[in-house]
Amino acid sequence: MTTLTVPSPREITEPARSGNKETMVLNMGPHHPSTHGVLRLVLELDGEVVVNVAPDVGYLHTGIEKTMESKTYQKAVVLTDRTDYLAPLSNNLSYVLAVEKLLDCEIPVRVQTIRVLLTELTRIGSHLVWLGTHALDLAAMSVFLYAFREREEILDIFELVSGARMMTSYFRVGGLAYDLTDDFLPTVKHFLDHMSDHIDEYEDLLTRNPLWLERSVDVAPISAEDAIAYGLSGANLRACGVNLDMRKLIPYSGYETYDFDVPIGKNGDNYDRYLVRIAEMRQSLRIAQQAHQRLVDMGPGPYVTADRKIVPPPKHEITHSMESLIHHFKLWTEGFKVPRGDAYVGIESPRGILGTYLVSDGGPKPYRVHFRAPSFINLQALPHMARGRLVADLVALIASLDPVLGEVDR
Amino acid sequence: MDNVILSQRLREAFPQALTSMSEFRGELQVVLPREHLVAVAQFLRDTPELRYVYLENLCGVDYLGREPRFEVVYHLLSLSNRHRVCLKVGVPEADPTVPTLTVLWPTANWQEREAYDMFGIIFRNHPSLERILMPEDWEGHPQRKDVPLGYEEVAFTFNQDAIYAQKHFVRE
Repeated sequence: MTTLTVPSPREITEPARSGNKETMVLNMGPHHPSTHGVLRLVLELDGEVVVNVAPDVGYLHTGIEKTMESKTYQKAVVLTDRTDYLAPLSNNLSYVLAVEKLLDCEIPVRVQTIRVLLTELTRIGSHLVWLGTHALDLAAMSVFLYAFREREEILDIFELVSGARMMTSYFRVGGLAYDLTDDFLPTVKHFLDHMSDHIDEYEDLLTRNPLWLERSVDVAPISAEDAIAYGLSGANLRACGVNLDMRKLIPYSGYETYDFDVPIGKNGDNYDRYLVRIAEMRQSLRIAQQAHQRLVDMGPGPYVTADRKIVPPPKHEITHSMESLIHHFKLWTEGFKVPRGDAYVGIESPRGILGTYLVSDGGPKPYRVHFRAPSFINLQALPHMARGRLVADLVALIASLDPVLGEVDR
Repeated sequence: MDNVILSQRLREAFPQALTSMSEFRGELQVVLPREHLVAVAQFLRDTPELRYVYLENLCGVDYLGREPRFEVVYHLLSLSNRHRVCLKVGVPEADPTVPTLTVLWPTANWQEREAYDMFGIIFRNHPSLERILMPEDWEGHPQRKDVPLGYEEVAFTFNQDAIYAQKHFVRE
């Protein structure tokens, strides 16, 4: 029998209404700058100490899972961007891998390498937003400006490949939306070469900064057992010393061929989460550098699978062959059919294990899509970690858990 | 640990309880009746060489027209064995109840609330089975297959009276 609980807002508001409590109930959010979105917290306070807190989510629920059931497999990719809007390519990857698992189709190595390179850039970009906003919540303004300066370069790279800065939809079932442009590899190279120095800059500002240490060391720790029981994942779990990284545990997209380490923390407090994420950015750089080198060595190649059941024929065939034209038309109007069955794929997104559970009834549209959203599940541990802390620490804790509300509510 | 060893262990431990076991795309899927869910999950979690300690995913599915209509799907992860197993529990529409897994994993709390919210599956002994994503006064369970996709008509000056006439918040 577990003693770990996740209170619902009603459990705090109803005893308070009956009026025989000494504590004060305070609403924080849903429109509050430090909740990083539309997260509502019902706080039970004793002075400035948090006695209990109940997160209330759902303000951003847009029924993405339901809507996807009415789109063809290829068109549904667009909706995945909108869940975790700080890591659109990770969402694309999780969904696309699930469809490809059901289809059981072969993906060219070059495509997998591009996917790895771009998802690692996504991880860096997402961690930069986390770092900037986390520091901003603790009144370190300048880190935010530096972090967003580098994030801009990553978004420029996304724009280069997909035409969109954030809602990329670049990974498609069977491969990529378009081939890489000629200036992609030099641009990535330029970014990878100087990013490491920029991470040093952030660390110079924060890692040994006494104010930063005071606000984050030993703030809101969680033990490894509790973290696993709460289903924490990503940097939040690894900061407690649990070595759980899907890229190592159940590798996908060829991650087993890359040389990288999984940074592990010890105490599971805000500071360890900070250190783990900073170290993760460096590891992501390592992976991205290897992927970049492989792409340089590989040269041009296919950007989609050779399976014509999934991808349409190339343009030059369409202009010359009636069958190819019909084939193309069928694929974009009706879509391809996916064998009956269900599959689950879990990838390591910047926020943790991003799983896609996909059920196919054999038709051209997914029968059911479910996202195991890491932010949604990480947020459950918030009450456990916040109890007995100051309100100011709660603000730091939310930032440190790094939830993205678009993904929480889907 | 692989699917063959695990299915053997499960068959030895629960000779009568499991409905079926199959492998699809390299993933072991175990279908079992809901009475045995907690026992099987606890066995998977606490047996020393299995240690499926991490409840990775929990969600509902609505197979409208099939009996049982609903299904709750669990994915358990073993960190020490680098292996994942999928448990499936059928839930009939007439009695849509499943025992809760919050007694074993607190992480099941919100995921079960979501399955309740979206499909109306009732998790027995859940500490606070309330809606989580939809508004609390919402009627119905939106991800059921017999609920159509809703469309919100955009209110312009020429049609706002007709649209607002159907809204709750105007009447209140």
